[in-house]
Amino acid sequence: MQAFRKLDTVAASLTLANIDTDQIIPARFMRAPRSTDHGQFLFHDMRRGPDGEPRDDFVLNTTEFAKAGVLVADTNFGCGSSREAAVYALHDAGIRCVIAPSFGDIFYSNATKNGLLPVVLDRETVKTIWRALETANSARIEIDLEAQTVHLPDGATHGFEIDPFKKKCLLEGLDDIDLTLRHSDEIDDHQRVSTKARPWIGTIG
Amino acid sequence: MSQSNRTQKSEAAGQPTTLFEKIWRRHAILEREDGTTLLSIDRHLCHEGSFHAFDKLKAQGRSVRRPDLTVAIADHYVSTNAPATGNEDPSRREVIERLTANTKATGIRLYGIGDPEQGIVHVVGPEQGITLPGIVLVCGDSHTATHGALGCLAFGIGASEVAHVLATQTLWQKKPRSLRITVDGPLGPGVVAKDVILHLISVIGANGATGTMIEYAGSTIRALSMEGRMTVCNMSIEAGGRAGMIAPDEKTFAYLKGRRFSPDGDDWDRAVADWRTLVTDTGARFDREVHVDAADIAPSVTWGTSPEETLAITGRVPDPADQPDASRRSALEATLAYMGLKPGVALTDIAVDRVFIGSCTNARIEDLRAAAVIAKGRKVAVPAIIVPGSTLIKFQAEAEGLDRIFIEAGFEWRATGCSMCVGMNGDITPPQERCASTSNRNFKGRQGPGSRTHLMSPAMAAAAAVTGRITDVRDLA
Repeated sequence: MQAFRKLDTVAASLTLANIDTDQIIPARFMRAPRSTDHGQFLFHDMRRGPDGEPRDDFVLNTTEFAKAGVLVADTNFGCGSSREAAVYALHDAGIRCVIAPSFGDIFYSNATKNGLLPVVLDRETVKTIWRALETANSARIEIDLEAQTVHLPDGATHGFEIDPFKKKCLLEGLDDIDLTLRHSDEIDDHQRVSTKARPWIGTIG
Repeated sequence: MSQSNRTQKSEAAGQPTTLFEKIWRRHAILEREDGTTLLSIDRHLCHEGSFHAFDKLKAQGRSVRRPDLTVAIADHYVSTNAPATGNEDPSRREVIERLTANTKATGIRLYGIGDPEQGIVHVVGPEQGITLPGIVLVCGDSHTATHGALGCLAFGIGASEVAHVLATQTLWQKKPRSLRITVDGPLGPGVVAKDVILHLISVIGANGATGTMIEYAGSTIRALSMEGRMTVCNMSIEAGGRAGMIAPDEKTFAYLKGRRFSPDGDDWDRAVADWRTLVTDTGARFDREVHVDAADIAPSVTWGTSPEETLAITGRVPDPADQPDASRRSALEATLAYMGLKPGVALTDIAVDRVFIGSCTNARIEDLRAAAVIAKGRKVAVPAIIVPGSTLIKFQAEAEGLDRIFIEAGFEWRATGCSMCVGMNGDITPPQERCASTSNRNFKGRQGPGSRTHLMSPAMAAAAAVTGRITDVRDLA
């Protein structure tokens, strides 16, 4: 996957809670293979009116934020369906980081496996960022994964937590299947022992 | 290895342990310093959406490590009108054909088009005895927690993790926090498992269990049928839960006995003896406990676009004017605009345009029987479809004469599949139409672009079908 180290980019605020993965990418676009540009499907129905025309009031439709690389979202971003295509859509649209007070668990995991950094900050801090982006002359934001910091246009810096292994994979663009297969013998041993103890588990039928 | 040794020691020492902890320890192969654990996976269920993972394996030249522990089921894209062809729409049919080709190439058992045991993945797993107590089961679908009703650890994963499981039969997982939700007391008239879980989600919130596995306990949960327990566990994800589970008991064993892949002979007795140990010990600690009195649960229905936006059927649409927080007030206004609802309207005054009875949440035989009780001798007021959870359930319903009741009442009796729960197979609710649905998500556009969904139990959905509006099922009983 694409490595993630540092980002210095425009950030867009999306101040709605519970943005589910059906809204990030509606189900009807999920037949496409990964090689398709999924960015065209991002927030497909949210960013268009009932007539299919882009809505002026949707942040990513505005000139200033069309090229945003960071989304600053509200609670429970990416909840719902496990569809990894939601992450493909964000990634392909150029969004490499989402900051939110909380994420859907499966979305969070999917993001880290596709070079998209999910940053959890408490809601008060997220609200501060919304305000900073609104009032500052610049909506640029700097994210440093190595240092685990978010630097805002008003000069403030906020630290964030991330699991060390996920961080390593993101920094180096590692595929964890290769790392896991180094433990191939231990996997086989464990499964052999389990099957001996409980034969009904070790096979289907 | 060292992990499982430690497990035995701590259990031998008599430390009270949760059901989840017991299953977790059995499956821990390795543990990293940060606590992340390599978990052994016993059962991996795939469906059409797994094509991304198969594509990835192919691109990397990897093989499927344990095709014998992997089962694939066509459900998301299968037409409920023309099941013999898979789907009349070529681009949807093609997704089904990808699954057929991928499973053929890798030697994975497939419940495909025309298979008499095909159905929705979360219905078929338990029905076939593929799901068993004490196992770890994963599937690239967020409603995988359904299987936890049989006392196993089951959770949904994304495509990259599906590829990881296909290639390694393991997953790296951080241990989730634990939450026990105890529901005690008898359920009132017309109150069923769906009302229990909708009520619980409204209590703890759509992200109330993020990063958390839920154990459901208490006399109300014990009194539920296996079907009802599956409905409850199914919607754990709608509270953000990583997994939901219920300790196996005599009902679980009776449900599993004689199923196609359930253990038999001596293995059955050994398995049941093992499964009896899969309970949370008295005194075991959870990170959080929630207690709910069953008497507080009424027939419930969602009014908004998140499953937490649930009210008792006697309730009224909330008024944004009552919301002091400005951003929440404008969010509520937007929700009501999307839903086409006015503040203060009684839920029972909301007219519906169509009804969907189906999905991995509520399409098991008990659900169809409950809907049939309401449908019997009445006529639908709006278009209504019934989509059984599996082909076997369809056959059973037909053997019981339920199909005749539904057809005489004007319902459409369809073939199995995910159907209008997710709208991928072509079954959708048209824009701005309102659907009374037994599925699990009332998200914007979930049942089709612009669709408006109200979640409820099968009997409540049948009641909405025959009256043309959201209805208190207790008024029809």
